[in-house]
Amino acid sequence: MTPEVDRPEAASSGSTPAASRTPATPAVPAVDAPPETQDLAWRHRHLLDVDDLTRGELETVMGTADAMREVLARPIAKVPALRGTNVTILFYEASTRTRVSFEAAAKNLSCDVTNIAAASSSVSKGESLVDTVRTVEALGAHMLVMRHNVSGAPYLASEVFGGAVLNGGDGWHAHPSQALLDLFTLRSRLPGRSLEGRKIVILGDALHSRVARSNIWTLTAMGADLWICGPSTLLRGFEGWAARGAAGRRFTVTSDVDAAMRDADVVMALRIQKERMAGGLLPSLREYAARYGLTKERLRLAKPDCIVMHPGPMNEGVEIAADVAVDPRSVITAQVTNGVAVRMALLYLLAGARRAGGNA
Amino acid sequence: MSGRRIMTGDDIRRAVVRVSHEIVEKHAGTDGLALVGIQRRGVPLARRIADAIRENEGAEVPVGALDITFYRDDLSLVAQQPVVKGTAIPFDINGRTVVLVDDVLYTGRTIRAAMDALIDYGRPQAIRLAVLVDRGHRELPIRADHVGKNVPTSREEVVHVMLDVIDGDDAVVIDRLPGAGGGSVQ
Repeated sequence: MTPEVDRPEAASSGSTPAASRTPATPAVPAVDAPPETQDLAWRHRHLLDVDDLTRGELETVMGTADAMREVLARPIAKVPALRGTNVTILFYEASTRTRVSFEAAAKNLSCDVTNIAAASSSVSKGESLVDTVRTVEALGAHMLVMRHNVSGAPYLASEVFGGAVLNGGDGWHAHPSQALLDLFTLRSRLPGRSLEGRKIVILGDALHSRVARSNIWTLTAMGADLWICGPSTLLRGFEGWAARGAAGRRFTVTSDVDAAMRDADVVMALRIQKERMAGGLLPSLREYAARYGLTKERLRLAKPDCIVMHPGPMNEGVEIAADVAVDPRSVITAQVTNGVAVRMALLYLLAGARRAGGNA
Repeated sequence: MSGRRIMTGDDIRRAVVRVSHEIVEKHAGTDGLALVGIQRRGVPLARRIADAIRENEGAEVPVGALDITFYRDDLSLVAQQPVVKGTAIPFDINGRTVVLVDDVLYTGRTIRAAMDALIDYGRPQAIRLAVLVDRGHRELPIRADHVGKNVPTSREEVVHVMLDVIDGDDAVVIDRLPGAGGGSVQ
């Protein structure tokens, strides 16, 4: 049973209030949280990748995002949870949905939000990443949401920033919030809210895709039967990875689109990243569309109620046919909406870890 | 568990029935009445009060669940974010008399947070408060309209309300706060 010290009343009434604020004493755990969920308390100070999130931690994010989705459905979709928290959004790369989604999420939690687009900031005068991060912190930022075209840049930022760093996408490496919102979307659509044994196909340009790399960790952690499919030039390195597994969990890599699509429960088309496509990887976009594009015809190989996903932005007619994108089986719009709930959950959880002084 | 039992299952049942009568009497009926339990043990208590009202009055009073986590005044002080358990208010609270239901009334901070949370859903005609146990030590100008049992306590004690659906048994137990010294620790 849960002791009454769980109550916020008790939080202010303990005989040693100072002790209750130190991370070592679990004197002020969750409000009435049953003991089994207290074990899953968030321990990460930053969100740089999803490779070290356990299944339990993924469930914590999902459960918190469920609560956030309820907040979004309210007449006033705003709660005072993170009042006084300054969130700076620092993007070195173009983005609409991720940036706006993080901004909406922060505002729904009553954070104060500062937006910095690198192109119009001192970065264009040659300021280094480290100096920019130090400046942002000196200006009062508690949390830093960051996107950068160089893989690993958020790790560097986390070494100098005193608060929490959230990776909003770095190079080809990771896009944690996207993988988590994909997981959240799947969990709310699949029967029994379970991915266990479900055949999930990631189709397209895996090579340049941080979305694919992050999804490999989360989807296999939840027990999915994961397939990565695309032209062999865009799968370089993935076969070796698949052989090693993701934390020991296996997935399948193939260029045989029919084999991948057969009886799939979920197919996620990836954007052909023209801006990252340096010479010779694809003969032409038209040939790619013909051989690997997600069309109604290819979808017939999958299960009849196969869920269609795309992280956006889409190149309609290339990796996904226009009629598939708006098919009733498509959850692409839901992905965007869920993104706000999931990012609210991440900001909420990391705001606590910041005070607790958790590990990276 | 150790500690002193101050209410048995029968005591709780009688208190719930009496409180349900008081609520209906004060409201002069059940029209426009709603119950909202505060997570976690306020929710099953609200359901029990609604059951008692149904038995006494033959009327169905809607029941909601409220999680006050996002409204806590100590969110920026606690070491780890509390686990959120979810809110579900499946009716329009505008113009209704909403009775908040909780297990223990102590400093009043939970109730302050609950009122803020509730008002984000609309503008009730009135908000009232029903609790199973009032243990005193208020830190805010808040009082309960309906109390199952007033229990004088010291701040070195904790009041455990156990309810069948959550704890497998009905009882209210008073115990020494772990680490407060002196009394037994569970």
